[in-house]
Amino acid sequence: MPTVMEDCVGAIQHRFSPYSFNGGTLLAFAGSDFALLAADSRLSEGFGIHNRNAARLHKLSESCVLACCGFQGDCLSLLRILEARVKMYKQTHQRPMTCPAIASLLSQLLYSHRFFPYYCYCLIAGLDSQGQGAVFSFDPVGSYERVPFSSLGSASAQLQPLLDSQLSSGVQLSASQAEQLARDVFVSAAERDVYTGDSVQVCLVSSVEVHRDSHSLRKD
Amino acid sequence: MALSSDFLPWPKEHAPGQFYTFPVGGSVADFGPITRTQNPMVVGTSVLGVKFAGGVAVAADMLGSYGSLARFRNISRVMRVNDYTVLACAGDYADYQYLHDIIEQMVRSKLNPLWNTILVGGYHDEESFLGYVDRIGLAYESPVVATGFGAFIALPLMRDAHEKNPNMSKDEALTLLERCLKILYYRDSRAFNRYEIAIVTKDGATILPPASCVTNWEIAHFVRNE
Amino acid sequence: MASVSAFELPRGGFCFDNCRRNGMLGAELAKHGAKLPKARKTGTTIAGLIFKDGVVLGADTRATEDTIVADKNCQKIHFIAPNIYCCGAGTAADTEITTQMISSNLELHSLSTGRKARVATACCMLKQMLFRYQGHIGASLVLGGVDISGPSLYSIHPHGSTDKLPFVTLGSGSLAAMAVFEDRYKINMEEEEAKALVRDAIASGIFNDLGSGSNIDICVITRDKIDYLRPYEEANKKGDRKGNYRNKAGTATILSEKIKPISFDILEETVQTMDTS
Repeated sequence: MPTVMEDCVGAIQHRFSPYSFNGGTLLAFAGSDFALLAADSRLSEGFGIHNRNAARLHKLSESCVLACCGFQGDCLSLLRILEARVKMYKQTHQRPMTCPAIASLLSQLLYSHRFFPYYCYCLIAGLDSQGQGAVFSFDPVGSYERVPFSSLGSASAQLQPLLDSQLSSGVQLSASQAEQLARDVFVSAAERDVYTGDSVQVCLVSSVEVHRDSHSLRKD
Repeated sequence: MALSSDFLPWPKEHAPGQFYTFPVGGSVADFGPITRTQNPMVVGTSVLGVKFAGGVAVAADMLGSYGSLARFRNISRVMRVNDYTVLACAGDYADYQYLHDIIEQMVRSKLNPLWNTILVGGYHDEESFLGYVDRIGLAYESPVVATGFGAFIALPLMRDAHEKNPNMSKDEALTLLERCLKILYYRDSRAFNRYEIAIVTKDGATILPPASCVTNWEIAHFVRNE
Repeated sequence: MASVSAFELPRGGFCFDNCRRNGMLGAELAKHGAKLPKARKTGTTIAGLIFKDGVVLGADTRATEDTIVADKNCQKIHFIAPNIYCCGAGTAADTEITTQMISSNLELHSLSTGRKARVATACCMLKQMLFRYQGHIGASLVLGGVDISGPSLYSIHPHGSTDKLPFVTLGSGSLAAMAVFEDRYKINMEEEEAKALVRDAIASGIFNDLGSGSNIDICVITRDKIDYLRPYEEANKKGDRKGNYRNKAGTATILSEKIKPISFDILEETVQTMDTS
């Protein structure tokens, strides 16, 4: 005779799931001659923090940086494939891959896994062939769009409306203004989103260099 | 732009803004047949690792649990891979034994998991390395790591110790690991008080002989339910 | 049927009028992949220990709704009696109302017996209430106080089971806090040492458990005094924002303005001299 408990919940099964969610928030702005990316460095799962110092911004070329969050295992393998393909392109064509080309490549990589997707939220930011800042925002199965600014990941629902209000059409930020805004919104996100915190990594892509910086956030 | 929630291939709990809970129930047919470990059988509990000045140490107790039965009480879960690399493994023990051959293949999940979480410690070019890999491919490097129950019990203590003393000596690191193993033995019903520690320094990788925690049950005399 | 009259006075106790409706709604929603809203649960670290002269209780101050921080400085150490306090984890409303209810019952009890309330009595009332509701009242409690029999400390689980221990932790950060207690707890500690240990246990929960955060509250109960320290420590300072994101005055433009005076007559006026002695 089944007990009351069995009646309620049925048999408990533990089944292998190839996915997990490791948190993280991404942000990018496109300026007239620069692009700025920011991401927090907390790697978490469930109620725990794995690592306070995780890297989410990956330089793909002198004018292109990838920001990636979601399931970190998928982010790692996606990054590895993307890096290899960018390198192969450079060796085949004797010139670096442009930022829009990398974005198109990433879209195809993601869509090729349409039925077992990479659980990754990606932003690609850098300079296009005219030297203008460019931001491309992706969903996990490869739909992408060039946007003036974007935020993805666990606190995106809180950041995006703020960015919309601050960067209403036509507002052009300087690099230092953009950096300050990025830092400030991450301070706010860390206040209210448990998956965002520890530190924010900021990456400024300009024609001169890819400049990295880091600022600490709440650790709770 | 975004995925419609009807077509999410991962369980809903995995969406941003939702906590991850382990899937219970549901159909198995989603991803086709699965050949490797679905249910871990003989399992080892948490493993711990910590970096110290000039090296790294990883530790694991020596219990293989078969469900709630403490089945094997003297099995080694740390392994010397080469002169400058060691590895400690939590999870299914048979998979751990099989793993020797295929460490290199642990890239993206082929839905054919080895039910393990692995810590790798190494020393190369004057620098110590400590990394974590789990069965779905989550991987990272950190100066202190712990798996499973140890991530809840031992990791807070290890983080605190590392924050206060980022450049700890080998002896301090070993004392820290022993302290954590003892507390795990107190609080993890699948842990054991016999353990092994492996260390890697510039002089190479060694596994210290098995040892036992010195425990204190004095407090039991003060527990009275009236 | 659900009563619709706002004039009908509540009869006390829980009202189950909507249970059947919610059951049907839940089943209907489930068909469309939706869920009924859930009560706010506080991921929490709460802890307590017995030292030489009394009890120290500690709690973090974060309340969460899923992954969002709902309250950054909520109070989790509740008053039960002048010599008894209680930390609550679980469903916020349940911990709050349950402790309030037991607090007033205990006050009535001590008025009718003419004696100071005992911790064991509070524990008994709590566990009997929670057991009666079979876990549907999601309150996990750490109850501590000092009475005629000296300091005592209990942990109470939502289904009504209790433990009487020298040190206890509860909530999602309980493992992190327990590790600190297991590492450093000693019998017969001095007050300062005990406070520092509880502080470290709660801080361990705050920094390692995502459900816990913000500040550390501590309550020290001894035979002759209560020290309710809120906050005992601000474990996390809010980040410093460089920009100003307030809207400028006049962002919302006033299109038209009309001021209409309300006409009235003065019927009576009295002037009273103020007592300035």
